[in-house]
Amino acid sequence: MADKNALYWKACLRLIGSCLLVWFLVSYVFAILLVEPLNTIHLGGYKLGFWFAQQGSIYTFVILIFFYSWQMNKLDHKFDVYEE
Amino acid sequence: MELQALTYLVVGLSFALYIGIAIWSRAKNTSEFYVAGKHIHPIANGMATAADWMSAASFISMAGLIAFMGYEGGMYLMGWTGGYVLLAMLLAPYLRKFGKYTVPEFIGDRYYSQLARVVAVVCLIFISFTYVAGQMRGVGIVFSRFLEVPLDMGLFIGMGVVFIYAVLGGMKGITYTQVAQYCVLIFAYTVPAVFIALQTTGHAVPQIALGSEMLDGSGSLLGKLDKTLVDLGFGSYTEPFNDKTMIDVFAITLALMVGTAGLPHVIVRFFTVPKVRDARSSAGWALVFIAILYTTAPAVGALARMNMIHTVNGADGTGIYYKESPPWFQTWENAGLIAWHDHNQDGKIQYAAGDAFQGKPDFDGEKRGSHGERLVKNPGEGKVAKNAPFANEIYVDRDIMVLANPEIAGLPNWVIALIAAGGIAAALSTAAGLLLVISVSVSHDLLKSTFAPQITEKSELLSGRIAAAVSVCIAGYLGLHPPAFVAQVVAFAFGLAASSLFPVILMGIFSKRMNKWGAIAGMFTGLVFTSGYIIYFKGVFLEPFAANTPENWLFGISPEGIGSVGMVLNFTVASIVSSLTAPPPENIQNLVEDIRIPKKLVREE
Repeated sequence: MADKNALYWKACLRLIGSCLLVWFLVSYVFAILLVEPLNTIHLGGYKLGFWFAQQGSIYTFVILIFFYSWQMNKLDHKFDVYEE
Repeated sequence: MELQALTYLVVGLSFALYIGIAIWSRAKNTSEFYVAGKHIHPIANGMATAADWMSAASFISMAGLIAFMGYEGGMYLMGWTGGYVLLAMLLAPYLRKFGKYTVPEFIGDRYYSQLARVVAVVCLIFISFTYVAGQMRGVGIVFSRFLEVPLDMGLFIGMGVVFIYAVLGGMKGITYTQVAQYCVLIFAYTVPAVFIALQTTGHAVPQIALGSEMLDGSGSLLGKLDKTLVDLGFGSYTEPFNDKTMIDVFAITLALMVGTAGLPHVIVRFFTVPKVRDARSSAGWALVFIAILYTTAPAVGALARMNMIHTVNGADGTGIYYKESPPWFQTWENAGLIAWHDHNQDGKIQYAAGDAFQGKPDFDGEKRGSHGERLVKNPGEGKVAKNAPFANEIYVDRDIMVLANPEIAGLPNWVIALIAAGGIAAALSTAAGLLLVISVSVSHDLLKSTFAPQITEKSELLSGRIAAAVSVCIAGYLGLHPPAFVAQVVAFAFGLAASSLFPVILMGIFSKRMNKWGAIAGMFTGLVFTSGYIIYFKGVFLEPFAANTPENWLFGISPEGIGSVGMVLNFTVASIVSSLTAPPPENIQNLVEDIRIPKKLVREE
């Protein structure tokens, strides 16, 4: 039982880690650190770096949370810790 | 209908709605008063969280902030949304599993320490009052601008309404009113944005309009805005780091994100949903509802700035005569949000880079100049800024970008009335959420758990109501007599949340080894370092010790962003101290294992 919970926790940490990697990438890397090179690329009337800073990162955050929530429910079922 | 009457009608109807909801959803016991009985649907909780989160400042000031900052405005947009990712993945579900009522309660139990709990309560009360003072002020300002009642009067009405539903309904009443308030505020925000987006670009969706071509064939909106601003001597709108460095933007974004996740009035919202998985999805819904406003704001900002420059500098870009200025210009000049000084004596208004006044304009009573403009006592030297075609002659308060937007764009009166109701909804919902966490902390953490553990549930509920009533009065007092530091303390609230609360909660969940000494030392370090740095440069109660300029900052990080350094220090000190002292007792390690697993509810109330 304890082992199974430990495995569940490991899987959770892996999921959280990959989601936060994306979180960091779109906001800190694309919108701040690499904003100048990305601004040379255009997305419609937007410069890409600027788009990430004022639009794109926010959309990504929303998608990330729902993705995380969906994956967590799958993990909960898989490890039989789903709350009835 | 006359604008004034229409505004009264719309605002009055919205108040009737809030009070009706409050009476319908009275709290009957402490669980309902503290966490709405944990019966709130995740989508409804998401809406309530969004209303709780979006304050008068988000509604009234943010678009203007972005309009004047351009790219750098993105740090607020990302900072105030990215925190929800941290909240959803790192805090909310585990705190919900913990299953109690307050954030200090978690800290006190997890670190088996009354000291840790009391430190957390102090942080919480300080953060919340800081914040709520601004909200009450916001209610007063909206009232005085739209309903032409004195600011004090507006504040008293706002206090009365919050009093009714916070004291009666507790968390349950607040939650359902916030759902209604969210609907009012988001409708009020998006309707004018859609109108303006359509007028300028032909696209109804503001998020698309921002990246579109102008209807008048002058190229893309952002491209044109860049060019117009550079021609007037400003920095480009979309190019980064005009007035802030990369490291500072990075640090501020991080401090805001982590601070958001650590704000107690946001965290407790996730205690109200029925299940752990609801806490996860509810954070997603909250962010959806917040994102609707936060992705619209940059469009409103850019469109409003463009409209404003065109109206003021005229079609040929040389300025318009004051006598021919549009009615909104004079309306908001009368309200003191716009000021004009004719530096070059040509009778025309010109807008460019540079300061027209020394600081904020100091109006000379109601005295009028030769053109009919309000006289100002502190005009600047009227120098032409570098790269600008002429000297700047006007002061524009950033709140104008939302408040006057419908008038600038010539929208119908009912849209203006709606903005008033929306602004009031935004301020009231945030104020109520903050007042509730304060009163719950007082009645639950201080009374029930620390000083008077023997009180019955009934008297605990009563003391919660009394604490709520007292907090409303204190908040009202702070709104009436804002201490000089109120404007500077937003950095404080986020900095403290980021450097004290967030790290200890996070380590309490993700580290079984973290013990009470580590947590207390970490919290203390983060708190002292962050508040010390802010006071050093901003001098909250004292004179600042050093000029608040980039040369003096540590690593070039401004006081707004220093919470991120405080957070790192907190983590570091906590880990070192904890590794040198005894591990937490076994029952605490079991508690940590419990909160990580959604099933197997051990400590159900």
